[in-house]
Amino acid sequence: MDYTQFLAMKQEIGLLTVFLLVFLYDTFMPRGAQKSLPVISVVLMLALTALGFCSCSLGSAHNTVAFAGMYETSPVISAIKNILNVGVVIVLLQSISWANSEKMAVRRGEFYELLLVTLFGMYLMISSRHFLMFVIGLESASLPLAAMVALEKNSYESHEAAVKYILTAVFSSAIFMMGLSFVYGLTGSLYFENIYFALTGELNSMLVIALAFTIAGVGFKLSLVPFHLWTADVYQGAPTSVTSYLSVISKGAAAFAFMVILAQVFGTLYSQVWEWMLYALIILTITIGNLFAIRQRNMKRFLAFSSISQAGYIMLGVIAYNAMGVAAMMYYILVYIFSNLAAFGVIGAIENATGKVSMDDYRGLYRSNPRLSVAMMLAMFSLAGIPPFAGFFSKFFIFTSAINQGSVAIYVLVLIALINTIVSLYYYLLVVKAMFIAPEESVIPTFKSTCSERLGLWITVGGILVLGIVSFFYNSLLNLATDSTMSMYFIG
Amino acid sequence: MDVTLPILILSIPLFMFLFLGLLGMKMTHKLAGVLGTLGMGTVLLLSYYTAYLYFFSGAPEFVNAAGERLQYMVFDQTWLQFTDSLAIKIGFFLDPISAMMLVVITTISFMVHLYSLGYMRDHHGVYEHGFQRFYAFLSLFSFSMLGLVVASNIFQMYIFWELVGASSYLLIGFYYIKPSAVSASKKAFIVTRFADLGFLIGILILSYYTGTFNFTELTSVPVDGLANVSQVDINTAIGVRSIFENSAAPTFMGASVLTWALVLIFMGGMGKSAMLPLHIWLPDAMEGPTPVSALIHAATMVVAGVYLVARLFPLYLMENSALVIITVVGAITAFYAAMVACTQIDIKRVLAFSTISQIAFMMVSLGVARPEIHEGLGYMASMFHLFTHAMFKALLFLGAGALIHAIGSNDYTAMHGLRKHMPITHITFLIGCLAIAGIIPFSGFFSKDEILSSCMGYDWVAYLWMSMVAGLTAFYMFRLYFLIFWWKEHKVPEGHHAPHDQPWTMSLPLIILAAISCVAGFIPFGELVSWNGHPYDFMEHFNWNVATVSLIIAVVGIAMAAVMYRKENKLPEKFKNAVPALWDWCYHRFYWDELYMFITHRIIFGCICRPLAWFDRHIIDGTMDSFAVITNKASDAIKPLQSGQIQMYVWYYLIGVLALGAITVVCLI
Repeated sequence: MDYTQFLAMKQEIGLLTVFLLVFLYDTFMPRGAQKSLPVISVVLMLALTALGFCSCSLGSAHNTVAFAGMYETSPVISAIKNILNVGVVIVLLQSISWANSEKMAVRRGEFYELLLVTLFGMYLMISSRHFLMFVIGLESASLPLAAMVALEKNSYESHEAAVKYILTAVFSSAIFMMGLSFVYGLTGSLYFENIYFALTGELNSMLVIALAFTIAGVGFKLSLVPFHLWTADVYQGAPTSVTSYLSVISKGAAAFAFMVILAQVFGTLYSQVWEWMLYALIILTITIGNLFAIRQRNMKRFLAFSSISQAGYIMLGVIAYNAMGVAAMMYYILVYIFSNLAAFGVIGAIENATGKVSMDDYRGLYRSNPRLSVAMMLAMFSLAGIPPFAGFFSKFFIFTSAINQGSVAIYVLVLIALINTIVSLYYYLLVVKAMFIAPEESVIPTFKSTCSERLGLWITVGGILVLGIVSFFYNSLLNLATDSTMSMYFIG
Repeated sequence: MDVTLPILILSIPLFMFLFLGLLGMKMTHKLAGVLGTLGMGTVLLLSYYTAYLYFFSGAPEFVNAAGERLQYMVFDQTWLQFTDSLAIKIGFFLDPISAMMLVVITTISFMVHLYSLGYMRDHHGVYEHGFQRFYAFLSLFSFSMLGLVVASNIFQMYIFWELVGASSYLLIGFYYIKPSAVSASKKAFIVTRFADLGFLIGILILSYYTGTFNFTELTSVPVDGLANVSQVDINTAIGVRSIFENSAAPTFMGASVLTWALVLIFMGGMGKSAMLPLHIWLPDAMEGPTPVSALIHAATMVVAGVYLVARLFPLYLMENSALVIITVVGAITAFYAAMVACTQIDIKRVLAFSTISQIAFMMVSLGVARPEIHEGLGYMASMFHLFTHAMFKALLFLGAGALIHAIGSNDYTAMHGLRKHMPITHITFLIGCLAIAGIIPFSGFFSKDEILSSCMGYDWVAYLWMSMVAGLTAFYMFRLYFLIFWWKEHKVPEGHHAPHDQPWTMSLPLIILAAISCVAGFIPFGELVSWNGHPYDFMEHFNWNVATVSLIIAVVGIAMAAVMYRKENKLPEKFKNAVPALWDWCYHRFYWDELYMFITHRIIFGCICRPLAWFDRHIIDGTMDSFAVITNKASDAIKPLQSGQIQMYVWYYLIGVLALGAITVVCLI
């Protein structure tokens, strides 16, 4: 038997190993040793990330196909998986104090196991070159998430969120499958490559509907407007660690998979059909996400809408449809992971210490907890795209990549996105204003956040400060993207 | 060459800035100062070593077989990749002038760091408020200036150019409770920023037509220019040259766009180097602490304009008109500043105008430099004068600082006859004056003489003009010297200590700089720095006639100053009354500030800003407000979308999908 195909999957196998170790530890270790499970999972995940980076620098520069062409890996794909791994490490780090709290005593292990399973599903989504494989990935990345959202069994909101999530997810999956069946009917294959070459013919309305259904299915994971309505309720109801995982990792993976599908399956239809579909979706997503974000007072709900509009910006890298777009999108995801996790880190720390999540509670936070406030401020500045923080550079590059596409319509799109950044600046600064300027009546008392929370914040804030100024990160992503086989799809 | 050395040279000052800026308040004043000085001392040693390697190691990457010096790119990292062809890089670029500037900057900066340990505390040993901040800013400035001179491309230079502007702003306004210091810092920032606007436009024009920011490609235009060809993208360089040589190049208002680009870039240099009419900020910048004036406003930042022109010199050679403009601006400024310096009372202002005048000398020298005139002597002379001037002018400023520190006033009227009380300051100040006046064998003699020789080769009018300015220089410097140290005996008021020399931290820099000023003239500078890298024996071009004449002029200037100011007498008064109008104009700096006030307040504010303000208040604000209102309304209107009901969510989803498909079908098929 040929084992090289398994070796191509080394990142998946590594993740599976981590999962099994966590699972075995959780199952067989005595109650007393359970408390160290979160730390162990962080360490294991860290090791996996480190291995990923090592093999990335050592591994071959070519893409490898395995399992009769159903699975593909390449330097770009390893890179996006590594980026997600980094995010997962930070999420796990930030979740330690929550997982070790009283209410999570018996369910601690479930969080880590479910999380690793969904991550595995995302790996498959990214790597699959066949729609069956993709659906398996998509479902295993979706269904366990519902369980994660419902982890806080005693919380009514957590239940409500889980029910909303599972119902809409099932609906969305049904739509997606419907789209796939149309595609199959039209082309007779579920292999990405076969579909790509079969779709060179005439446009017909069935194809357009199939494309719309497919886009909606993945757009749901990305929470593009109008498939986004679950987002706010779920983000608000879910435990904060789950929310942060949902908002960065799940979104990042879905964005990359979305791009792969659009380029490598429907690439021939770019300028005819899906450029315009995406065009409309981006405008709607950015604008409506922003308009809703203005009104929010609950921090988690606020970040839900903020993440909706950020997804719109990420999609600019897809509509750019060039190698720079791929690099800019991956870089945007990387920066977004750091910025958003910094914000969630602060929210989580405050929630764990005081249970407060409203923006009004943040008034005068600078007086009592200056360091947390500064971290939050940097996160907001980075999300809003203020130089010299990383968020500025990621926005800059993604706009540049879209502009490089060259058509006038895209210029208009970038202009709309730019105007929307002003709106987003307004609501991001609302948080800063609340913390620094607004008069305080009942300030959150000074508290000391736990060691893991502080470590997570130092890492994320460090990322916000360094990722933009140091050009290494973007340039290496750009080199990867330019060399990747994906760029050959961008010619058409 | 190893990259650690250059990286350390840049990162140590940056680190010291962050370290002292963030943690300075947590440590004692003394510790912060000593740490800053030690950091700068390390950079000094590293820079000396780098310059030594470049000039004397004879490594093949620095010197070729024919003994010509080469440009060497130590590293050049892409920082921002805009498009495939356009990227901003951050690099470290070694060539004769950047290696020389490394030495100048670190020497002066280290002296100032050391000197400030003594200067920034009063006679009771109490440190000034914000002492740590002072050292943090000094480190920031050193970092920015070092980054400027080693820039590998014009955009990096622009970034650091702005950074030195910002750190100069911070240091001029160091005493931020003094309104005059605050307005001086604002003035300096705004005037130089205004000039930088021209610089930026020039950069954009230049890079638009040449397609590159890199100095290696830009300055390898003339084939025999200084370049390490292996590092140059030959195609780009040839492209640059063809643009220059193409007579059909686009023109704008009668001049080629490249003339425009070069003149606009020179405008940035005029702002930083305080050339007429953008000189008005420099005299006011003397509100900053005196060590800052020595570092930034005498030795390093103000010569950035000269450095810029020297850096792009091969380009300027292609456009004769740009060089003529530089010469004319420099010549007028030199004379103007020398005239004004003859009448000022504040000793730092005298030195400031003298700085303007001397920088103008360097500019003129670059402006008259041509390969056919003494093989480009002017370029080498300009750089030589930059070097010697940095040393003796820093010496004079630090000496002035010692006087101000001892007396507590900037006016010479409060000084007089200090030679016995402050012997070290007296001797070192005298050496500085002799050097700037151009007396053999002090350093200024050699460098100034070469500038004059170069002018002589260019045009005799330029030569006569600059010789006259040199005479004025000798006169006003010795006027200052005699008024401070002679004139009449110093009377110590009852109950006061006599002024005395300063602590060693302040004396040592004075002595070192004085020693350098004595011997720097004998450095075989032409062997090290020349415009095309050929080692250059300037004794071949040494003109003893010019030397003798300029020496006589200098001695006459000193003699006149001695007659008028050595002992208290009525001569100055008589002279003033003989030409009252001239004296008045000089004293009031030819009313440039008043002219600026008139233009800005009456014309710009009244005619342009008022309507603009109205437009801003009503139209722009109104538009923005209505945007906000609309946004808010829209946000309110779509609120029902998020109803919380799962059935509605699914409906919207379905409608969304179908609409997406249907609209596309309708539109496309």
